[in-house]
Parts: sequence; structure tokens; C-alpha cells
Amino acid sequence: MKHLWSIALLLSAPLAFGASAGSMQVTPPNVHGSRPVEPSTESAVIRDYLQSWEALQSALSHNDAQLLSRDFVGTALTTFTHTVQDQQKLGLRTVYSNPSHHIQIIFYSPNGLSIQLVDTISYREEVLQDGKSIGSKEVQVRYTAVLTPGATRWMVRVLQGDSAQ
Amino acid sequence: MRLGSAIVLMGTLIVASGISRAQNIQLPQKVEAGKAFSIPTSGSGSATLYVVGPGQAIKREVSLGTPVSIPSGVLYAAGEYVVVLVKGSSRRTSTLQVVAQNQPDKLAFLAAPSRLPVDQQQGISGTVYVFDVYRNLITAPLPISFQLTDGSGSKQQTVTSSNGVAWTSMNSSGKEGNATFVASAGSVSIRRVIDEVPGEPCSLSISAHPAGKVLHLQTAPVVDCTGNPVPDGTIVTFTEKAGDSISTVDVPVKKGIASIDMPAVNGATFSVASGTMIGNEIRWGGR
Repeated sequence: MKHLWSIALLLSAPLAFGASAGSMQVTPPNVHGSRPVEPSTESAVIRDYLQSWEALQSALSHNDAQLLSRDFVGTALTTFTHTVQDQQKLGLRTVYSNPSHHIQIIFYSPNGLSIQLVDTISYREEVLQDGKSIGSKEVQVRYTAVLTPGATRWMVRVLQGDSAQ
Repeated sequence: MRLGSAIVLMGTLIVASGISRAQNIQLPQKVEAGKAFSIPTSGSGSATLYVVGPGQAIKREVSLGTPVSIPSGVLYAAGEYVVVLVKGSSRRTSTLQVVAQNQPDKLAFLAAPSRLPVDQQQGISGTVYVFDVYRNLITAPLPISFQLTDGSGSKQQTVTSSNGVAWTSMNSSGKEGNATFVASAGSVSIRRVIDEVPGEPCSLSISAHPAGKVLHLQTAPVVDCTGNPVPDGTIVTFTEKAGDSISTVDVPVKKGIASIDMPAVNGATFSVASGTMIGNEIRWGGR
């Protein structure tokens, strides 16, 4: 019951993702024998993960890599910082809108130092050159994310689109 | 379908209005991270190609009618990309998927704890994330080998990674000392050292020897349940009861034993304890 309640709270939270609200589905964790995920941990991880997407969207939309540092560390922070720099050099911006997330936690390390989730996400990606739209596309992709605990929140260490599974 | 060449599946982009049907490119649906590939084009004139996703953004001026070459190492971040071809006021879009290479290049190995008592069942855990040379998580299944070598020998397990991660747990050795915990994938391996320390004292016994007006109390070597000497500094508590008087002294183990001089009161009893372990009791004198 507590578990359902925490997820319900999460679902009722507004999902800001650029200018457009999106939808979200959460499938209960399926961690294959690794450490079980407490409902409070699941809620915190999903909340922080969704906030990381907001930060990523803002960073790529405004070409501001500083927006990434609250939510991302390690490989993910390096990768997305480079993308912002690429966009700046090329005069590009990218707007992601109408997201739809379907999230499931699939691994929680035995020592509690990392947690992994998959997110089948749909969104519209619009590319702007010098402020003018040059194209947009509906995209559906399965993301794999690895989060590690930071001082006050879960930080995204890996966020990678990969439909290979 | 095999990813031996960079191009796996070729899909023809639908020509949008404004770009002649004679002007066309064939975009691979999927390429391997960092591998060179080319995009055949038809038509004539110049256009601009954009490949943009969360992982990278690149732009190329292209001449329609000749293949567009994307050299090795240019498009390397795994993920989904939107591809836009712009010619004048006309544009069209498609998607391109970049997948991680299947060759491990780097392992992120979380081994825990760094220090634990001997003889702990499933006390040591190891988690490995597998990355390719471009730091993409390799989500395709790979065999990951874990090997723990310690004072009691070597144990090995092979686990198939799932979604880029593999994990295991193992028992700590019965003997104290450093254990080497190695994770390997392909030709890549990474090592961690785990300090296996003695556990709690398993038995305690004291002997007493008079020395003038005091009694010299000394433990036998203090060992854990597998015979390892407990670390120096482990606290042993000596207690003397003489009538209604109780005296207690905490003594750290030095060189495997603990000793103390306590007043030799006739009829007193002396006992010893450490942690949850209680040792023998000695009564001094005849009263």
C-alpha cells in the first residue's frame, strides 16, 4: 500500500519537460536478485531522474552546460557538456517536448552504491539553427540510466539511448 | 544482422517537397559508435546535413550526388539522433541510431566493503559496468569474470552482463590478510584490494600469577573463531569482585594478549570479557 501511495504521489507531480507537460508510467522494479528497492528509494530515484531530464532539456535548449551540474556526474555530465559545446559552436539549439516516460528500475547494486533503470521515452525533438527551426521529429527510444547517490540526491552517471535490447 | 560494417540497415529517406526526387540520401538506420560510415546521395547541388541528439551534434556540408563520409571517431556517442538534410529552404528529417561497440574498453568496478571480518557469508560484493572505448555503456550481454584471491585460495565466477551491468557476491576468507578482487571482460580487467580482518574474539581465558600485593592477570592469545589473532587494540575488560566492591579495567590487546595487575584480595574473583565473549573466572585465595 505504501508502495502504491508513493508512486501515486509521484504520478500526481507535474512533469515539466520544456514547455510541454508529458505523461509517465512506472512499472514496479524487477531487480533479478540484487538488492531489493524500498518504495521510498524508488520514489526518490524516479523523482531525481525526471528532474535530470528537465535539466538536460533546459541545458540543450539554452546551451547552458551549467544547468547540468546539479543532476549529472561522470560520463553523463561530460557527454552532455560536450553536446552543449557542439551546439554552441554550430549555432544550434535543440528543444525536446511532449515527453512520455515509461520507467522501470532493473538493478540495485548489493552495496547500494548504484541503481539502474530503463525508460522508454517518446518525445518530439526540434532542431534550431540560429533560432530558426530546421526540422523536428517524433522519437521513441529506450534509455538506460545509471544513478549513484550524491550528497542530497541521486545523480545520473550514465544516460544513454539504446534500442538494441 | 551483423554490425561488421558500419552500415547495418539502409533506409531511404522520403524526399520532401522542395527537394527533387532525384536528390536523395540513403541513411543507415543503425551504426556502431565511432565507426566510419558513408551515406550515398543522389541529385546535385550542395546541402547541409545535421545529426543532433543528446549525446552529440554534428554538421556537414554535403554535395548531393557523392557519398557523405563520416570518418572514424566522429559520431561516437551512443543514442538516438535526429538527422536533418537542408537544401535551401527545403529540409527533411529522419532518425539514426548509434549503438555502443561490443568490445569492452573500460570497466567501472564497485567492490564493497573495502574492509570486513573473515568468514563472512556473501560478505563481499562486486558490481561491474562495462563501457566501450567511447565510454558508451555496452548493453549487449557479455561474459564478466570475477575472481577473488585470498589466504584460502582463489574463487572465480562468470556472470553474463545484462543492460551493461554484472554483479556477484562472495564469502570472505577464513584467514586474515589482503584479498585481491579482479573483474574482467574480454582483455580488460580491473583490480580491487579488500582487507579481510580477524573477527570478534571467539574464546577468552585468563591465568593469574601473584606478584607481591598484586595479581598479574593475562589472557591466552586472543583469537577469532578461525584462529586469527584479533587486532592489537581490541579491548578486553578485566573485572575484580571482592565482597561488594567491583573494579573494572579495559585493556587493549598488545601482541595478541591483554594483561593487567589487579589487587590480590583474598577471596576475590576475576573475570574477563571482550565484546559479547565472556571468558573464565578465577577465585583468588581460600576464603
